[in-house]
Amino acid sequence: MLEYAARHLGLIGQLLLQHLALTVTSLALALLFAVPVGIWCARYARWAPLALGLGSVIYTIPSIALFALLIPILGLGFWTAVVGLAAYAQMVLVRNTVVALRGVDRAVVEAARGTGMNEAQILWRIERPLALPVFLAGVRLATVSIIGIATIAAWVNAGGLGVLVLDGIEHDYPAKAVAGALTAVLLAYAVDFGLRALERRSQTWRRA
Amino acid sequence: MSDVPGVRFNHVSKAYGDRQRVIDDVSFEVARGSFVVLLGPSGCGKTTLLKMVNRLVDPTSGDVEVDGAGIATRDATALRRSIGYVIQQIGLFPHMSVAQNVAVVPSLMRWPPAQIEARVSEMLELVRLPAREFGARYPAALSGGQQQRVGIARALAADQQILLMDEPFGALDAIERARLQAELHGVQGRLHKTVLFVTHDVDEALRLADEIVVMREGRVVQHGRPIAILAKPADGFVAELVNANDVVRRFSVMKVRDAALEQDSGPASPAAVRFDDDLRSVLSVMLASGTLRLPVIGDDGRPLGTLTLASMLAAARAAGS
Repeated sequence: MLEYAARHLGLIGQLLLQHLALTVTSLALALLFAVPVGIWCARYARWAPLALGLGSVIYTIPSIALFALLIPILGLGFWTAVVGLAAYAQMVLVRNTVVALRGVDRAVVEAARGTGMNEAQILWRIERPLALPVFLAGVRLATVSIIGIATIAAWVNAGGLGVLVLDGIEHDYPAKAVAGALTAVLLAYAVDFGLRALERRSQTWRRA
Repeated sequence: MSDVPGVRFNHVSKAYGDRQRVIDDVSFEVARGSFVVLLGPSGCGKTTLLKMVNRLVDPTSGDVEVDGAGIATRDATALRRSIGYVIQQIGLFPHMSVAQNVAVVPSLMRWPPAQIEARVSEMLELVRLPAREFGARYPAALSGGQQQRVGIARALAADQQILLMDEPFGALDAIERARLQAELHGVQGRLHKTVLFVTHDVDEALRLADEIVVMREGRVVQHGRPIAILAKPADGFVAELVNANDVVRRFSVMKVRDAALEQDSGPASPAAVRFDDDLRSVLSVMLASGTLRLPVIGDDGRPLGTLTLASMLAAARAAGS
């Protein structure tokens, strides 16, 4: 396996970059939906069951089946994978956004309102920083699972490290499959580590 | 201008849905520069009434005036920035440093940064938490009493003339509470803010208030000076709440000046008391020094006469008649 990796460093690097591009694009798209929906559900609690229910319905669909369902609509390629991955991340992201915002002490919010902040200022200056640690935990979970599921994106011609895994299996070349899989695992660990550090930095005020 | 009340409640009521009114036809005035305490058991509506002043709660009927003008149509955020607000314990923003907390309202009002910085230092000096030492700390690194001092500094930072305080010392231990009460009393004496202060602690009310508004089940049952509340409770509820028959408690709101002095020179005594000492502490001095007669001296040290326990009791009885 190491021998394979050493001989194909260039290819692995290229696929790693593709994998990263898939992950980052999916996460960005996912956040674009999940954050406003999460804020809405935290404000108007009766919408939360609907949004979270929908999210978990998507989450329950096996990933390969979800991609298959998207092919008739979006065809094969990068964006099919991105849409599928973003849909997967919705449940975790919406749930953590809601939990993060609801976890902000009501007394602090009322104090903020009492000092004369308007609703936008309360959201940005008080709720956003106080909710950030829990929200970032959600981003970390979502990102790690996107990295995992993105290996299947090779199946819809979206590239990424899954290409090595699929090729390796298809051509009965285990070293190639393992090289792809291990690189994905390492990527997941690295991202997890980095995001954990960010989480800690977002709450220095707790351990004053 | 000066006879316009700082805050006025005009037949204010508040009901949620069809339930019983939580505030029921409340009317009273808070004179500018006075310290008024809303006193009552929990659930009596005192906090709701307080929140009407900065429009965190709007009345169902009646209206609230601040500085002589109704507030129902005023922009709520602008109104709130002009009124200091201190709540129990956790009112500080935990993710902001002490200096940032104090700077909140001035920065919302877009003061220039240099002016904000100067103001923050001044305010932290006022509450005896020098900015150099405490400014950069987070609230989690402060004691409860220090946190509440920051809360007071924040509430005064934009030079608010009205201060709303909702059980601000409720979570502090007895020593810290007494210390902060004394400091608040000192700050009020220098700055002459109009203070509306909510508590269920009778001793706290007696210690701080110029006037006490006793509430029960959404209504005002009595409004008057502390001695009047103690001496002439409006009904059995007030009498029981403040334990009106407790002579020592009555002494706590009376001063030496309220009692008649005898003009004989009397026996020399190691202890002397002053005109502005409260009678409760005078009683302590009497008990400690084993005499029922104490010389009274003026601020310049000149003897003014002799105070006896008998005249103190007579004064306390007279206040009740």
